[in-house]
Amino acid sequence: MSRWIRAFGAFCYDFVIGDDWRVAVAVIAAMAMTYGVAAASIPAWWVLPAAVVIVLPMSLWRQVRTRRQRSSGQ
Amino acid sequence: MSSGALFLAVFLACVVEAVEALTIVLAAGTSRDWRSAITGVIAGVMVLAVIVVVLGPAVTAIPLGGLRLVVGGLLLIFGLQWLRKAILRASGLKALHNEEAIFATELIAARAAPVDRRGVVADWYSFTLSFKGVVLEGLEVVFIALTFGANQRNIPLAAVAALAAVVLVAGVGVAVRAPLARVPENTMKFVVGIMLTSFGIFWGGEGAGAVWPGADAALLGVVPAVAVFALVLVVVLRRATAESSAPGPAGGGAVRS
Repeated sequence: MSRWIRAFGAFCYDFVIGDDWRVAVAVIAAMAMTYGVAAASIPAWWVLPAAVVIVLPMSLWRQVRTRRQRSSGQ
Repeated sequence: MSSGALFLAVFLACVVEAVEALTIVLAAGTSRDWRSAITGVIAGVMVLAVIVVVLGPAVTAIPLGGLRLVVGGLLLIFGLQWLRKAILRASGLKALHNEEAIFATELIAARAAPVDRRGVVADWYSFTLSFKGVVLEGLEVVFIALTFGANQRNIPLAAVAALAAVVLVAGVGVAVRAPLARVPENTMKFVVGIMLTSFGIFWGGEGAGAVWPGADAALLGVVPAVAVFALVLVVVLRRATAESSAPGPAGGGAVRS
């Protein structure tokens, strides 16, 4: 049973979060920041787009770097 | 805009996933036993239907603010995952999705597996291969249809879009009886990634308390902005790849995700 639960958890993790957990962490942090900024009565719509502009290239860059390291290691 | 985008996103995502599931079912059916493969498809569709019937009303019962916070966040994480893979494929850093190559791989594996009868299923391998293919590919569609449908308070439209895509792909698949390699899957995945990310940004922001300038009309700016940004990243990555001394693109291999 516990093996089944663990497998289901691993599937859910892979399904939603995928290869780069940092993206999920960054999105949650950006949403918390949106909430905080909006609660201070400051326009907060820009926070998530800004997070995407930072997070997506960083995640891609990590992938490129990993690929290069693998290539040079061969 | 929103209803059209809802239909388009669910329809495209469903076409892509249905094409992938079709390849797996075709491999199981043509190489082993059609009846077991089709039984697997029916069982898989029934599991997906149960998930929709259970989760659909539960998701729509959540107040819109909370729903957009949770679902918007999930959609953004999920969408960035799709978009990331689509950008890597478009820039040559990840193998393009190739249905013919996947079909060939599945065919070899299916032919090598022993025949095993279990209960009313004549060939357990064909059954499980088809079942897993339909459930795993279908889960992504269910996720997209439920999140988009619930946020728009229009799950029936999402269901119609998903059903239309399945009927279309199944119809063409029956007529052609071969993997649908000509479907521009990689481009469609790119578009779906843009839609998921854009709507994740919009609903996630709203759920967290942000007020978008122009309300729903802001989507008319967010979707093209995400598309342009993704295309710019493709160009930058292509140049970086060309300039680096690393070996060429990883194209030609068979990938599933």
